[in-house]
Amino acid sequence: MSAPAFAARPASSRQLAGTGTLLRFALRRDRVMIPVWVGVNALMVLSMPNTLEGLYGTPAERADLAGRMAANSSLRAMVGPVLGDSLGALTAWRVGVYAGALAAVVGLLVVVRHTRDEEESGRQELVASGMVGRRASLTAALLAAAVANGVLALLVTAGLAGQGAAGALAFGLGIAGVGMVFATTAAIVAQLTESARLARGLTAAALGSAFVLRAAGDSATDDGSSPLTWASPLGWLTNLRAFAGERWWVLGLFAGAVLVQGAVAYALAGRRDLGMSFLPSRPGPAAGRLGSAGALAWRLQRGGVLGWSTGFLLAGLVYGAMAEGAADLVGDNEGTREIFRRMGGQSGLTDAFLAAMAGVLGLVAALYVVASVLRLHGEETSGRAEPVLAGAVGRLRWAAGHLAVAFGGTVLLMLLAGAGLALGHGEQVGPLLAACLVQVPAVWVIGGVAVLLYGLAPGAATGAWGVAGAVLLIGWVGPALDVPRAVLDLSPFGHLPKLPGGDMEWSPVLVLTALAAALVAAGLAGLRRRDMTT
Amino acid sequence: MTKAITVSGLHKSFGRTHALDGLDLSVGTGEVHGFLGPNGSGKSTTIRVLLGLLRADSGAAQVLGRDPWTDAVEIHRRIAYVPGDVTLWRNLSGGEVIDLYGRLRGGLDPRRRAELVERFELDPTKKGRAYSKGNRQKVALVAAFASDVDLLILDEPTSGLDPLMEEVFQRCVTEERERGRTVLLSSHILSEVEELCDRVSIIRKGRTVESGSLAELRHLTRTSVSAELAGPPGGLAGLPGVHDLDVRGRRVRLQVDTDKLDAVLRSLSESGVRSLTSTPPTLEELFLRHYQDEAEAAEGGVTVR
Repeated sequence: MSAPAFAARPASSRQLAGTGTLLRFALRRDRVMIPVWVGVNALMVLSMPNTLEGLYGTPAERADLAGRMAANSSLRAMVGPVLGDSLGALTAWRVGVYAGALAAVVGLLVVVRHTRDEEESGRQELVASGMVGRRASLTAALLAAAVANGVLALLVTAGLAGQGAAGALAFGLGIAGVGMVFATTAAIVAQLTESARLARGLTAAALGSAFVLRAAGDSATDDGSSPLTWASPLGWLTNLRAFAGERWWVLGLFAGAVLVQGAVAYALAGRRDLGMSFLPSRPGPAAGRLGSAGALAWRLQRGGVLGWSTGFLLAGLVYGAMAEGAADLVGDNEGTREIFRRMGGQSGLTDAFLAAMAGVLGLVAALYVVASVLRLHGEETSGRAEPVLAGAVGRLRWAAGHLAVAFGGTVLLMLLAGAGLALGHGEQVGPLLAACLVQVPAVWVIGGVAVLLYGLAPGAATGAWGVAGAVLLIGWVGPALDVPRAVLDLSPFGHLPKLPGGDMEWSPVLVLTALAAALVAAGLAGLRRRDMTT
Repeated sequence: MTKAITVSGLHKSFGRTHALDGLDLSVGTGEVHGFLGPNGSGKSTTIRVLLGLLRADSGAAQVLGRDPWTDAVEIHRRIAYVPGDVTLWRNLSGGEVIDLYGRLRGGLDPRRRAELVERFELDPTKKGRAYSKGNRQKVALVAAFASDVDLLILDEPTSGLDPLMEEVFQRCVTEERERGRTVLLSSHILSEVEELCDRVSIIRKGRTVESGSLAELRHLTRTSVSAELAGPPGGLAGLPGVHDLDVRGRRVRLQVDTDKLDAVLRSLSESGVRSLTSTPPTLEELFLRHYQDEAEAAEGGVTVR
């Protein structure tokens, strides 16, 4: 008798049963993460008009800036083309790509966290045994991402309304649109992989490709009209032309991409078993050769090292190849030279560009070193460290394996970045390798901070991400915009000699290396003395 | 008899929680020692102290004659540990993990490893994430039993194992004892403890409340007696150590402290015994008594029995 009653309910409503509860649960779990990410992003955007006004107070100065920036292909590759000389247009130009990328990162983190992460950990099993539809978790995750991006769009629109309501709305929606495009990309990838780490990595790689496509397109054209730019969701944000004659129909591209990707994710989600994926794992060897904590650390991290290495080599090649354009296009424009000198080096424009790129890659390597050091934390909290430490392995030996990968890996990444720059540029092998390697001590300092936090205050270990994020922000926003010296000095990267082109200074390199060593030593001393947590 | 583990007056707090409150434990070399206690009573904390993962606030602990905090690595060469909840690396196969654990200890006997994989019916080629709870336990158990060590520390090792595998586990522990190895077995499966353990320690709220051989512990508890008598029973209620006396005509049921059993039997035989059953307490009863004492104490009064 009851069977027809069940059948009478439409299938679609049962697919989504429990979505509301799960959404509230997701927002509750993310009550710190989402506000912080959204807040930082909004702050970065909303502080820009004031900063720009302070630096370029008159319309004439701004027009001059816009003209110079628009003519510079290398700068276009990094930031995007300048489409107007109003404060709003300059703001959209300066922070658009990064605000969009940051929104994308939040979107992908939120979605993976509430889908594949939950399944992989086994928590989803208990949740799904309740009155929860097959597609409810995915829906709740996407809605949580939509809430985050919606709030961001609202903040940006309200905060920039003074520069023009239409432009503010277009810019806010565009940033949120990028966020949602990558949230839905993550939703698809989360169906394909079995591991949340891989899902995050692949989606981040998609975001990285979008950045490279846009960079290549924008370096070729000065109005975002290159097909390469149009192929990237980050390029759509440029082509939305906020504050510069909005093209509203571009919002349709975002909506279309979100709908299509969402539909694919939904189709996949309804078709697979809980916890399973479309890329199943293969069986492994019946016997293993791993014989030490160090070998285990390498085995666990080698995939990550390989991925990062590839990325650094490719990024080096791309930036190296773009370096020639920097000198060609700008020619004798004295103003642009000045900007580049501030960013990079003292001599030629090409050198200055290459120095700036080496710096950017160093900043990104800080993310690698934090991720790698915090593997210790992940191993400990997951309980996997316990049986290893119950073996004849001291804590220091155990930690040393992961730290060797973290700190040695940094050297490898910067070597590859230097090799890539040299290959792409076609000359200056020695100076470019030196330019990249000189970043290593600063990266190590960030790694040292991570070790220190992990060793002394494991509960606060993830705070190392905050440190890396702050350094990244200083490095990105600082040089182009005359941020006070005191702030720049907080970042270890601010003290490095600007190579190639500048003079090699050994004292900051040695001081930073010693500082990193001291931080690591203090962290390890703490680790030796404290209780292991589970 | 030398001691594999000695612990006295161990204290450990986490913030305001006193996980261990003067715990004592003594495990002789070559014995299988049961380690019992309700959830949250401090068993796993004790084991983590013994492994040098936690540092005790005060008190003394020795494992294989050494300090578990300062000499952790030397001790661990001779120890195999199985946690109650084994987490594996998702991209390493079970076989790789077994070999890794073995090499991180004193080494692995390949013949015994192969034999154990067979006996536990474990597929060592699966990746970590593909194993069920029980199979993850098997990975750690195979690694522990195949390792060349003197002391096995097993923290609820059979959680998730099916009854057949439980039997394999029990045989393995028996074999370990025959080879002269020491086993500290924390478990909630009392039949398993009763079957395997030479001695047991029962802890509660971070303190040891009973310790000894099962025979000794039984002596401290009550035996149930039920009898059918030829005449009316007399004077039973007045005897020391008698509880829960229930007389229905000539049928008598009672509980008696085991060391007072003699007087009860004498009193019964005065009335003439037609049938008599006397059941020694099971470990379960022994254990439940400690649980119940705690529950009753929490309710604010102990009922007189």
